Amino acid sequence: MTNGWTDVSNADVVLVMGGNPAENHPVGFRFVMEAKRLRKAKIVCVDPRFTRTAAVSDLYVPIRSGTDIAFLGGLIHYALSENKYQRKYVEQHTNASFLIAEGFGFSEGHFSGWQDGKYDKTTWQYELDGQGYAKVDPTLEHPRCVFQLMKKHYSRYTPEVVANICGCTAEEFLKAAAMITLAAAENKSGTVLYALGWTHHSFAVQLIHAAAMVQLLMGNIGMPGGGVNAQRGHANIQGSTDMGAWNYLPGYLKIPRANQTALGDYLKANTPKPLRPNSLNYWGNTPKFMTSLLKAYYGPHATAANSYGYDWLPKVAEGADHSWGTFFDEMDAGKMEGLISFGMNPVANGPNTPKMIRGLSKLKWLIVAENFETETAAFWRAKELADKEYPHSLKAEDIQTEVFLLPAACFAEKDGSFVNSSRWLQWKQVAVDPPGEARRDQEIIADLFLAVRALYEKEGGKGAEPLLRMQWNYAKPHVPTLREVAREVNGVDLDSGKQLNGFGELQADGTTACGNWIYSGSWPEAGNQMARRGQVDPTGLGLYPEWAWSWPANRRILYNRASTDQQGKPWDATRAPLRWNGQRWAGDTPDYKADANPESLAAFVMLPEGVARLFAPDLVEGPFPEHYEPAESPVDNALHPNANANPLLRVYKSDLDSLGSAKDYPFVAITYRLTEHFHYWTKHTSSSAELQSNFFVEVPEELATEKGIASGTKVRVSSARGELEGPALVTKRLRTLLVSGRKVYQIGLPIHWGFVGKVHGPLINKLTPSAYDPNCGTPEYKGFLVNLEKIG
Amino acid sequence: MKSKQSSRREFIQRSTKGAAAGGVAAATGNAAVGESAIKPLKTAHTHQSTSICPYCAVGCSVVVHSLGDRAQNVKPAIVHIEGDPESPINRGTLCPKGASLEEFVQSDRRLTTVQYRAPGSREWRRITWAEAVEKMARRIKDSRDRGFEATDAQGRTVNRLRNIAMIGGCTDTNEINYLLGKFRFGLGLVSYENQSRL
Repeated sequence: MTNGWTDVSNADVVLVMGGNPAENHPVGFRFVMEAKRLRKAKIVCVDPRFTRTAAVSDLYVPIRSGTDIAFLGGLIHYALSENKYQRKYVEQHTNASFLIAEGFGFSEGHFSGWQDGKYDKTTWQYELDGQGYAKVDPTLEHPRCVFQLMKKHYSRYTPEVVANICGCTAEEFLKAAAMITLAAAENKSGTVLYALGWTHHSFAVQLIHAAAMVQLLMGNIGMPGGGVNAQRGHANIQGSTDMGAWNYLPGYLKIPRANQTALGDYLKANTPKPLRPNSLNYWGNTPKFMTSLLKAYYGPHATAANSYGYDWLPKVAEGADHSWGTFFDEMDAGKMEGLISFGMNPVANGPNTPKMIRGLSKLKWLIVAENFETETAAFWRAKELADKEYPHSLKAEDIQTEVFLLPAACFAEKDGSFVNSSRWLQWKQVAVDPPGEARRDQEIIADLFLAVRALYEKEGGKGAEPLLRMQWNYAKPHVPTLREVAREVNGVDLDSGKQLNGFGELQADGTTACGNWIYSGSWPEAGNQMARRGQVDPTGLGLYPEWAWSWPANRRILYNRASTDQQGKPWDATRAPLRWNGQRWAGDTPDYKADANPESLAAFVMLPEGVARLFAPDLVEGPFPEHYEPAESPVDNALHPNANANPLLRVYKSDLDSLGSAKDYPFVAITYRLTEHFHYWTKHTSSSAELQSNFFVEVPEELATEKGIASGTKVRVSSARGELEGPALVTKRLRTLLVSGRKVYQIGLPIHWGFVGKVHGPLINKLTPSAYDPNCGTPEYKGFLVNLEKIG
Repeated sequence: MKSKQSSRREFIQRSTKGAAAGGVAAATGNAAVGESAIKPLKTAHTHQSTSICPYCAVGCSVVVHSLGDRAQNVKPAIVHIEGDPESPINRGTLCPKGASLEEFVQSDRRLTTVQYRAPGSREWRRITWAEAVEKMARRIKDSRDRGFEATDAQGRTVNRLRNIAMIGGCTDTNEINYLLGKFRFGLGLVSYENQSRL
């Protein structure tokens, strides 16, 4: 979240889209209801299903799963054509005025530069002046400025077009647009709350980009009650991203590429130059972040002479991806030998379950550290436990994978910090010891790491050096405490031995070490800030600056400098997180230089532009979000039938990776969670298992009538990947939609079951496709095609 | 602390009425509602730790009550988990999942021993930690020796490993994720994913 849960009550407009907080984040939803009660906020819920969030909204608009960009594109068009956007904010705080190269355009579903299945992005770049700065037209009139290009791009997204694609009516769309754009007024702010309903698409990154564009046009970024806010679905999803996964090191530093053979090459490629004279360009400090990370990793072995051990980090091939879909495809092809899983369950939560199971069965070995026996640990038992559901799984005798199932401690048995959706790092205490022989994860990791290392010390082996140089200097190496680790993450001045106060103190000369620059300040000399329990709220805006610690720098609202105009005057004096007192900024930790005059620097200090990006040339399939259909879709793309799905959609080619068509699979399927369950865990606890014991298939009323299905009737749902059975739940919640002149039905499939646990049921991901977003590699779990048959 | 006391009482009063609260009802001797108000609370002598709910990322604070007289050889056990009234986020409340956290910690399905499944075997076999660590380290080393690329086809130093993958972390703390990162980069793994990206 750019903002946070407790900030939502500052909103005048709440757009809930791609999420269902009333059911999935019930305690966080209280702040939506507070906004409604205290500020008379308008709540707009846009969702394929009439959820409990919809039930308490001022307006509910149904849409077909996967058409959100069309809806948001329609909002952009509406705001621009009806003059319902915050003009001054757009002029001052976005790249609306930037000029784009000659030749940029869009036709027949592709941006300029599309050739042979690839984009040449030359025409997507800013036009630069002789000093390397982007040229701008502050009047926003130049035909090649971002504002005009954006206006042109979205002129196609009329209310009728939106209705035709999304399946709502133009009137419903217009009502929503009128309500959402109330936030365009300088003294109004609106928030956007989303979750996996947005990220589970093959154009997810562009979808969030579209939401950011709407919020920038409304002047809502940096404002209390504003922002783009991801309601994250696991306790430390935010933190585990912050710590680096996929192609990232901690703190969103990119993993080196093979052509960056020297540290200098890496830093050159990853340290941006300012694109405007008034841009602070904070990522210009990348050398300090990176060198300090290398010092934390390699300690005394990291010296200026060896570029701080840069060689020891793995280098990923140029253009290589290594995201989930890729390495499970490699596993399925027999190219992987081992998988180590700490608390993750790919058989249940990866897409295309049969491919997950087959991949695991081709491993030499699998290590699973868990609280419970999961479907992944027991994948070799799929045939024994659920033969009917996994007819193609091998018998246990025919699976050669060696499996280690390690009993791990649960949350209450470990200390350490979780980062919630609000970016607050909250420290836990140890309540009790783990049961039986279960051990804390840090001890399991340490044992494994040190045992592998001991083998290299004894026997030598390939690539010994990177492993042996990794610093592991905990007082008891086999039992590292999380307090020691948290202090290492915060960072230390290596000359004085003192904990750093924040990332402002980092150096690029090897005199500081820091495990994650964005967490620097979480454990300074003054002690563990994450364990703070102060409840004061000096601004009255629900920022609670002394409760826990928020990254970065205990800042509670990101981009808060944009809550004021160029001269530093708050857009809304009654709701100002920051005030310029003539010498310093007061209030929230400023997202700005604390003592910089408001007119001296542009507001978005993290971006080389100094302003926010409406036009984002770094994304792979276009600088503006465009509506593409999901990988499987019941209709042709109404905007450009020859460019139906995402042109850069990532798919794989094994025999289990088939995609279906509407001829065989006419219905759109969505997956969702239930309030009583948490993912695939609570089927192991009694009350959740009792409260929601059974899987069901949610079927819209009209389709049920057509097929003679009543609630309780046994039905079969099939996709190109597999099929499953369950009782129908017939509801009015999934309205029949009219899309491109034809009726489209959507089927709802709750997740949560599997073949181990106190209650059993089908794994929904048997049906989901191996179709992935090309920017981030996230699978398309929502908006795929199925068939529905009555069998009972 | 007054607010904490009253919310605890309300919880017990609510719970003793509910069918799904067997553990709580048993601990209070199935007392009538009126009676439980005057009997000492089961949490009267507990040790209280603060923690964070491990489910969704609203980040509700919880108070974990454990009992044990702190004598040697006595393992404290959790008797109750409730919302922390001091948290500005949840202000003492919890959702149905959070309210049953005690069952999660104490679930009879919790793993308490190391289990091993040999190639082609139809069953788990209990092994010791020492045996497991020795075996796992050997597997990792052997695979890594086979798969490690010090240089790529063009002779550039890449120090990477592509035949082992690592996943997890979304309900592990930042600190554990940091240690996993050190393990990852020590091994040179490029395939490293997280629930956060699915």
